[in-house]
Amino acid sequence: MSATSGKFLVGIFDDEDVLLHSIPDIRNSGIKILEVFSPFPLHGLDEALGYERSKLDVAAFFFGLTGTLTALTMISYMMFFDWPMMIGGKSNFPLPDFIPVTFELTVLFCAYGMTITFFIISNLLPGVKPILFDKRCTDHKFVMAIDLSKNKMSEEEITSILKENGASEVNQKEF
Amino acid sequence: MKLEEKLVIDERFVFTTKAKNKVFTIIGLGLFLFALGMYMVMSGGGHHEDAHGAVQAAGHAAKGHHEAFNWMTRVWVNLWHNTVFFAGVSVMGVFIVAYNYVAYAGWSAGLIRVPMSFGSFLPYAFGIMLIVFFFGHHDLFHWTHDGLTDPNSPHYDRIIAGKSGFLNTPFYLIRMVIYFSLWIYINHLIRKNSFAEDINGTHTYWHKNTIVCTVFLIIFGVTSSMSAWDFVMSVDPHWFSTMFGWYVFASWHVSAIAAVTLIVVLLKERGYLTIVTENHLHDLGKFMFAFSIFWTYIWFSQFLLIFYAHIPEETVYFLDRMKNYGNHYTGIFYLNIFINFIFPFLVLMTRDAKRHMIILKIVSIAILFGHWLDFYLMLTPGTLKGHSGFGPLEIGTALVFLGVFIYVIANALSKAPLVAKNHPMLEESLHHNI
Repeated sequence: MSATSGKFLVGIFDDEDVLLHSIPDIRNSGIKILEVFSPFPLHGLDEALGYERSKLDVAAFFFGLTGTLTALTMISYMMFFDWPMMIGGKSNFPLPDFIPVTFELTVLFCAYGMTITFFIISNLLPGVKPILFDKRCTDHKFVMAIDLSKNKMSEEEITSILKENGASEVNQKEF
Repeated sequence: MKLEEKLVIDERFVFTTKAKNKVFTIIGLGLFLFALGMYMVMSGGGHHEDAHGAVQAAGHAAKGHHEAFNWMTRVWVNLWHNTVFFAGVSVMGVFIVAYNYVAYAGWSAGLIRVPMSFGSFLPYAFGIMLIVFFFGHHDLFHWTHDGLTDPNSPHYDRIIAGKSGFLNTPFYLIRMVIYFSLWIYINHLIRKNSFAEDINGTHTYWHKNTIVCTVFLIIFGVTSSMSAWDFVMSVDPHWFSTMFGWYVFASWHVSAIAAVTLIVVLLKERGYLTIVTENHLHDLGKFMFAFSIFWTYIWFSQFLLIFYAHIPEETVYFLDRMKNYGNHYTGIFYLNIFINFIFPFLVLMTRDAKRHMIILKIVSIAILFGHWLDFYLMLTPGTLKGHSGFGPLEIGTALVFLGVFIYVIANALSKAPLVAKNHPMLEESLHHNI
């Protein structure tokens, strides 16, 4: 979801089942849906919208790997290269001792990395004004956003198709 | 109903003569290798080892008691190792069924009959275990020797004498009987209720089973740890670890999940279990992945504390496996970590890997072998010291056990329909989608 300006049509749905079943029909009629917003996760929504699988897991792997390498580099520099320390009669480089911290940093980098990535792709970073097509989508309504500049059909046509497919109201929104 | 339209729900697994012959071939090959291995350790290798042992015994005689190596020890350790491993896998089958019932798990309803069949091996495991203990207890368990608890005896051992309230043969046997009779009885109840549900179709059987399974979980919480001390940890009677019950539990559990996955995949390849889709396989893959990490976590927690504390009487356990006996176990020690952690961790990480039968098949076989090796590493250094080997004897015994296990499981699977058709969660399992 990156389009941030232009004219949009916003269809409001009252029921998630109506929304889910309407999506294939709406897409078949030639309308390109920009995004659907829901107060809670809807099973099967991604498939209905034809989204590809998120690549967040690949990002997570590399964030985690960064954490692992950071930890190992940091600890081995401190404990071995910069100021060799011998603790408990073990070698200067007792790898098993480093594993817990390495594990923690892996999790930390992974968690923060994914959170920040999620904020970026959802326009939720601090200071950024989030794009809200309709405030009610955070509470009890299901909102379908359609970018008018990417659709060839006229506003009236789209509005009538949305209404036919169960939208309780269709509003226009401009950013 | 929608279910019946889509699926062959009354499908039964047929244990064909052809399949039986394959299993008998495995058992036959195992017996042949076992005999060959026996002959080898008895004659060629055995004499060498005996001579070696005698020299060592002479060398150590001045230092105190040292038992000369007896080739039969290797046979008993082998049998004990395989019995413990396969008994664990079968009781973990009951455990998997139990937590799925108690958690009201829906996804697994379609394949629950597969782990439900595992418990059928328990009576056989119990029988073999009793026989091996009866004939091999002196070879396996140092604490069964006479005179260790008698202060006037030259063999008096203060540590073992201190533990003799728990580690004595009568109490040991009583415990063993208690574990197995509880496990076998509860497995019997679970199977009986589930089969009655097929015929009568009311949900009362399912409710009964959740109660039976809750009781099993409570019992198993204690017996899993205690059986681990008895069957595995007591071969090193001077050493102890408070993590050990969990460690053995983790190893058994992930093996059982790998076995369930492997059997589901094999059944699907033969056209059975149409109800199981790649979504269910994905969940099984996640279980294998997660519990491989869980095993590593437990393994490492035990290792790190001992490594860090650096107390000689504790570190000896890992020294035996990493350095002692001329690096005898070093290779297996590192292979154990590779095959049980790094391999499944990297291979099963992606979503696609967990949804493909061929990858699941490879990883589950690797995990089963890896944890079998893990038990080898738990049991042999304490009993055989540096005299263990890895030859026809070990492979043959494992093949015989594997063959018997497959035969018993396949027989149990063929006794009832593969899908519990009146399981209240079956509809949910059918629509499982992740």
